Amino acid sequence: MTVMDPLVAMHRAEAAVSVELETPGMTLNIGPQHPSTHGVLRLVAQVDGERVTQVQPVIGYMHRGYEKLAEVRTYAQITTLVNRIDWVSGFANEIPYIRAVEKLAGIEPTPRAQFIRLILTELARISSHLVFMSSYPLELGAPTPLMHALRERERVLDLIESVTGGRFHPNFNRVGGVKPAAGGGSSTKKQTQDLPQGFLQGTRAAMGEVGAVCDDLEELVTGNELIQARTIGVGVIPADVALSYGMSGGNLRASGVDFDLRKHEDILPYADLDFDIPLGRNGDCYDRYVVRLQEIRQAARIVQQAIDGLPSGPLQAKVPRILKVPAGEIYVRAENPKGEMGYYVISQGGKVPYRVKIRSASFSNLSILPWVLEGALVPDLVAIMGSLDFVLGDVDR
Amino acid sequence: MNFWLELLLKLALILAVMLPGALVVIFGELKISAHMQSRIGPYFAGGRYGWAQPLADGLKFMQKEDLVPAAADSMVFRLAPYIVLMGTLATYVIIPFGPDLVVENLDLGLFYLLAVSSLTTLGVLMAGWSSGNKYSMIGGLRAAAQLIAYELPLVLAAVAVAVQAGTLSLNGIVASQAETVFTIGGFDVALPFVLKGQIIGFLIFVTAGLAELSRIPFDMPIAESELTMGYLTEYSGLRFTMFFLGEYAGMVAMAAIVSTLFLGGYYLPFVDADLLNVVGPLVLVAKVGLMCFLFIWIRWTFPRLREDQLQTLAWRWLIPAALVNIMLTGIAKVVL
Amino acid sequence: MTQVDRNSAKLPLGGLLKGMKVTIKAMVTRVHTVQYPVVKETPVPRARGVIALDPEACTVCMLCARECPDWCIYIEGHKQEIPPDKEGGRVRTRSTLDRFDIDYALCMYCGICVEVCPFDALFWSPDYEYSEFSISDLLHDKERLTDWLETVPTPPALEGA
Ligand code: SF4
Ligand code: SF4
Repeated sequence: MTVMDPLVAMHRAEAAVSVELETPGMTLNIGPQHPSTHGVLRLVAQVDGERVTQVQPVIGYMHRGYEKLAEVRTYAQITTLVNRIDWVSGFANEIPYIRAVEKLAGIEPTPRAQFIRLILTELARISSHLVFMSSYPLELGAPTPLMHALRERERVLDLIESVTGGRFHPNFNRVGGVKPAAGGGSSTKKQTQDLPQGFLQGTRAAMGEVGAVCDDLEELVTGNELIQARTIGVGVIPADVALSYGMSGGNLRASGVDFDLRKHEDILPYADLDFDIPLGRNGDCYDRYVVRLQEIRQAARIVQQAIDGLPSGPLQAKVPRILKVPAGEIYVRAENPKGEMGYYVISQGGKVPYRVKIRSASFSNLSILPWVLEGALVPDLVAIMGSLDFVLGDVDR
Repeated sequence: MNFWLELLLKLALILAVMLPGALVVIFGELKISAHMQSRIGPYFAGGRYGWAQPLADGLKFMQKEDLVPAAADSMVFRLAPYIVLMGTLATYVIIPFGPDLVVENLDLGLFYLLAVSSLTTLGVLMAGWSSGNKYSMIGGLRAAAQLIAYELPLVLAAVAVAVQAGTLSLNGIVASQAETVFTIGGFDVALPFVLKGQIIGFLIFVTAGLAELSRIPFDMPIAESELTMGYLTEYSGLRFTMFFLGEYAGMVAMAAIVSTLFLGGYYLPFVDADLLNVVGPLVLVAKVGLMCFLFIWIRWTFPRLREDQLQTLAWRWLIPAALVNIMLTGIAKVVL
Repeated sequence: MTQVDRNSAKLPLGGLLKGMKVTIKAMVTRVHTVQYPVVKETPVPRARGVIALDPEACTVCMLCARECPDWCIYIEGHKQEIPPDKEGGRVRTRSTLDRFDIDYALCMYCGICVEVCPFDALFWSPDYEYSEFSISDLLHDKERLTDWLETVPTPPALEGA
């Protein structure tokens, strides 16, 4: 699985600038405020010239105590917290949480609600990956893909907003179904609101545009020799190391491990849809980039199919007015755009959970930094860090 | 005329060319980059198209506090922007705008040019070293390492031009590009060097020139995402403005040099030699604009290379190619 | 499952030229942004911009204040006795609203208050232009919240309707 192709070996050899002079090391403090740390991550790097000898990530600058806050919030209120964990894919965060509560309470959501959840999850995945597509070339110094990718992300966010009322924090999932919290006016407010007119058509059109921007990005970024020079063979994470650090999502699949929770878990009706899981071969930065680009295309494919197969029916299952979840505990996980996101919910009966433990993808993905950055050059440090696609809110929670 | 008066006049002339040139290029970069990214770009300052944006930016910078970090070597820190600006200014002296429109027609023009243009790197190194900031220092050192990598291909590419032209004077180089190569239907056709076999030299010179300007793909000394702002990290206010202006003035100068060496400079076919003193500057400005657009275009398309990759590029590819280029030029010169 | 393949550019440096083609194409096509204060985009009808209050409908039941996840709604009211319509009738009481403030500096725009209100007194409006220089000015009182009422749009038509 980790056979190195000659191209990679060549690039590695080129990257290996021998440091022969004995020079004292220097401590380079990167962050918490630094253009490439995506928020407030701090890296204490020991550098010898431009070569990083050791890295110590310092996290916690964005700790908001969501697990503790969840202990004094009702189940409905917690949705407003969880969609703020990984804010670039807010909708996808709500799914595993709400499914955990539903399973614990023994409530089955309606099929239409499940399909709408699926469509919006994939839209959130597209928007999250487009953020990566925009920020990663920027980290390598190319400023233009940023705007091209964000342009299409804006389209996707508009779609999410037209349904849920929120761009980043939809708060659209209810136990047993979906429902926008926004009322459009007095007459219909109390009815459960379905998709607004034109949404399905608009989504279809937007998926075409997303495909077009993927073509653009392939020409602008993927095929660019300078990008290839900067990313191929850089930050190689072999499959076994990736697994031992508990990585997930695109980072794991770039290392060639065929693991996607959409194929393994049944919390959303993915089984009815046909899609591929892009896999990388070498686990370098370039593979992580390409895997995500392909995932955008696959997500667009999923959305198209889900629109075709969208069942009609009610949006909300019958739920008691005051939701009391029976005592018990459950762990539900889902494929978040960043990787495996799971919630361990413990209920002692009552309106408020006893404990909600959040397993977020970025935290585990970030933990490999000291391993993978050892011996990298300072420019590669930025390239590798960016390729892991983490969000600090998802790391610190 | 009095020597000092003449000097002062010439200096004023250079500034009158350099400052508007830099401002126009800054505005061009703002607008072109915006449209390449499907944005509108500057819009408000100075009416509909935001033409006054560079001036507004300059005014804003002037109001900023001029900070000198406590850890900085304050004298060197204060001096560095002037050195950078000086190095750029000095190149303007010998750029010919017309057969007689040149501040100083040096016989050793090309030599002088290549010598003073590396002065800016000294200023950058001073800035990086004196800032008392680790990012600045890495940026400064990268600039120095970069100088070693690109200076040789730059010089070698220019040598081939000098060999072909048979002179080091910039006016002479332009004049030799105005020589008739062949005649079609009674028209004397003269070709610029880029079409007279110096295409490899042109590519090498532009690549190395981009590295000299520290523009993407070779902006490692600044490398915003890695080193925050490289050697500029600690600068603010007027001093930052000087670096900023210097950068763009340098870009104009580099474009003018490339135009002079490879694109025929102020020369336009079918224009009378006497008239060239009038249209020459316009021709040069058009060519400079074209080159600047190319620089901007590249800047907003490509990512940044790595420092060691620049060294590889320079020593493994550019320098051998430049040497071969000189050889071929020499052979052609002797045979033809 | 598919294996991603590595683009190998046919032409040396062809990838660079392709990239330059993309940027020049973008330069000559229409821009996608609008110049904000001059041109404004209309938000979708469901957009959660600001909360409008219908004080006539509000019965001071306090449900919204209690369900708000970060408790940023402040309500005060008092019971008012309404004299009987006819002689000898029962004296009724009615709750009147004295204070209804929402602190938009704290609000998370989750919409729970709008959803739980049983008397249709709260509505979302997509209006967003109420930024302030001082954070304390983000506390909208009853009058200000009532003013938003006229910006509440009619709900969008539904898919398949
Ligand atoms: S939108 Fe949410 S946070 Fe804001 S006032 Fe209503 S319930 Fe509270
Ligand atoms: S829930 Fe509605 S009726 Fe009750 S206090 Fe709030 S706004 Fe008034």
